[in-house]
Amino acid sequence: MSAYVANIVDSVTSIFEGMAVTFSHFFRRPYTVQYPDRMPVRVQDTLPYRYRGFLEVDLEICTGCLACQRACPIDCILIEVLKDKETKQNLLVRFDIDLAKCMYCGLCSEPCPTGAIHHTREFEGADYSLESMLRRFVLEPVVTYKPKKSGEDDPAIVPILERGMRYVNEFAAPEAPPKPVKKEAAPAAKPAAAPAAEGQA
Amino acid sequence: MQAYLDAVATGYPTLPPFVVYLLGMLAFGALVVFVFILPVAGITSWVERRVWARIQSRIGPNRVGPGGFLQWLADGLKNLLKEDVIPAAVDVPLFRLAPYVVVAGFCAAFVALPFAGSLIIADLNIGILYVSAITSLVVIGILMAGWSSNNKWSMLGGIRSATQIICYEIPVGLSIFPAVLLSGTLSMQGIVAAQGWAPTSWHMFHSPFLFVAFVMFFVGALAEGNRTPFDLPEADSELVAGFATEYSGMRSLLFFLAEWGNLYVIGVLVSTLFMGGWQVPRFTDNTTLLTVAQFATMFLKAYFWVFVAMWVRATLPRVRVDQFMTLCWKYMVPIGLVNVIGTAVVMVMLPNGSAVLRWMMAAVAVAILVQFARRVRFHLRRADYGRLGRISEDPA
Repeated sequence: MSAYVANIVDSVTSIFEGMAVTFSHFFRRPYTVQYPDRMPVRVQDTLPYRYRGFLEVDLEICTGCLACQRACPIDCILIEVLKDKETKQNLLVRFDIDLAKCMYCGLCSEPCPTGAIHHTREFEGADYSLESMLRRFVLEPVVTYKPKKSGEDDPAIVPILERGMRYVNEFAAPEAPPKPVKKEAAPAAKPAAAPAAEGQA
Repeated sequence: MQAYLDAVATGYPTLPPFVVYLLGMLAFGALVVFVFILPVAGITSWVERRVWARIQSRIGPNRVGPGGFLQWLADGLKNLLKEDVIPAAVDVPLFRLAPYVVVAGFCAAFVALPFAGSLIIADLNIGILYVSAITSLVVIGILMAGWSSNNKWSMLGGIRSATQIICYEIPVGLSIFPAVLLSGTLSMQGIVAAQGWAPTSWHMFHSPFLFVAFVMFFVGALAEGNRTPFDLPEADSELVAGFATEYSGMRSLLFFLAEWGNLYVIGVLVSTLFMGGWQVPRFTDNTTLLTVAQFATMFLKAYFWVFVAMWVRATLPRVRVDQFMTLCWKYMVPIGLVNVIGTAVVMVMLPNGSAVLRWMMAAVAVAILVQFARRVRFHLRRADYGRLGRISEDPA
């Protein structure tokens, strides 16, 4: 008989407690993120700087060294560089990245000396055709970037280079905050434009 | 309504009176079904999804119409346009008929439900008996659906539903009994009239026995309406969708319509039997105004219990079949019998009731609510919530 009463008391009190727990949820804020259209900020802007989204190339600072093409394990990057015989300049005539093939491994952006090829935080690539995922960055031939001994001084290129070097430095030392690399001590940053550029900017 | 139809019948002497009554019944039936039952059942589906969502820290459907209010219309339209798949191996006539039996059983209950003092379709003198009998028609439809689907899950669901109705009619009947004893009538309006607008005059506060009967009635009614924690016939984790497994489109929706509408029936029954129904203070002599106030009171009381049923569903897990039977036969039936005898004893000892007892019971109810509020506050505090939201932000 006492077990009988204890059962009743148990079930009533535990249900009472459970109902209190669930009722308290009416006074809590829901955790739902209403992606994509009812966000206080775009979700892309909430991602970390090193998020591996779509690849992007800054042609202004691309040296045409083909390091990224060689690094890519699935050959989704296709680059053609021609030598202009008259001006002795290298010309970029093709820089295609097939984002449909890309697996976002980031191996291409690591060897890039200037950070020209880097990941963005964009990731919404749904489309009805595969062709739309083929990004052609070179529309007409571009002269490749050549690091200057004295450091970069073109005001149009300085910010782009700074940003590129930030990618390079952060990948080189992910834990440490990005810091300027010394010219002679850093063979990795061979163009050595960043420290000088930072100094001038 | 009877008087109105009489007047119409005498106004058209060329028509045989039964035609007038038949048309009148059809017209009023259609009016109640389309103006009240369908919207209430539909809106309940939306409210239920929003309530669960909030309890689960989600938002719920909020895109169709203001706050997602029109979601039920969109869902209904979608289901109307869906293909009505009838599997080859089913018993076709029974399979097609079953949803209509379910809906008819639950719509027929509305005949005797009081909406306000003068708003009732038919104030039967056996009202509550009629309602508890006619809602059992639902189980015939469910059993038909389960049997004709030619599917083991459906069959099990149908049989479970039949078991539930057979078992839980007894405790439900036993907990209706004290309220009927007190009112001295089975008529719904009579039961409401036996109570007053003040909570202390409600049946549930008459004595401890009535209070227990009130709780038991709600639990039993949930079990009869196949609601969680007693949704064994549907049991999505064991039986796919139970008796509704083979149904698609509108036929499937009709089962759920009956389930959501049944919630409202349960709410009305609880309010009528134990919570004073549509009783309001007589604040005006304007009959229309009074009727509107009574209707609103009744609706709010009934909908409160609909809300509680949703809240219970979001809280409690489904019981096992053996637990379900234990609860019924070992706990609710004996306690129900004690309630009936206890109520009779109290009525003999205190023929006019006891105001002290009523106030004491009301005080107990208030104490339970206060304790509940304290527990809610405790859980909010423990989850780091103050009165105005989170006290400290996440470290992340």
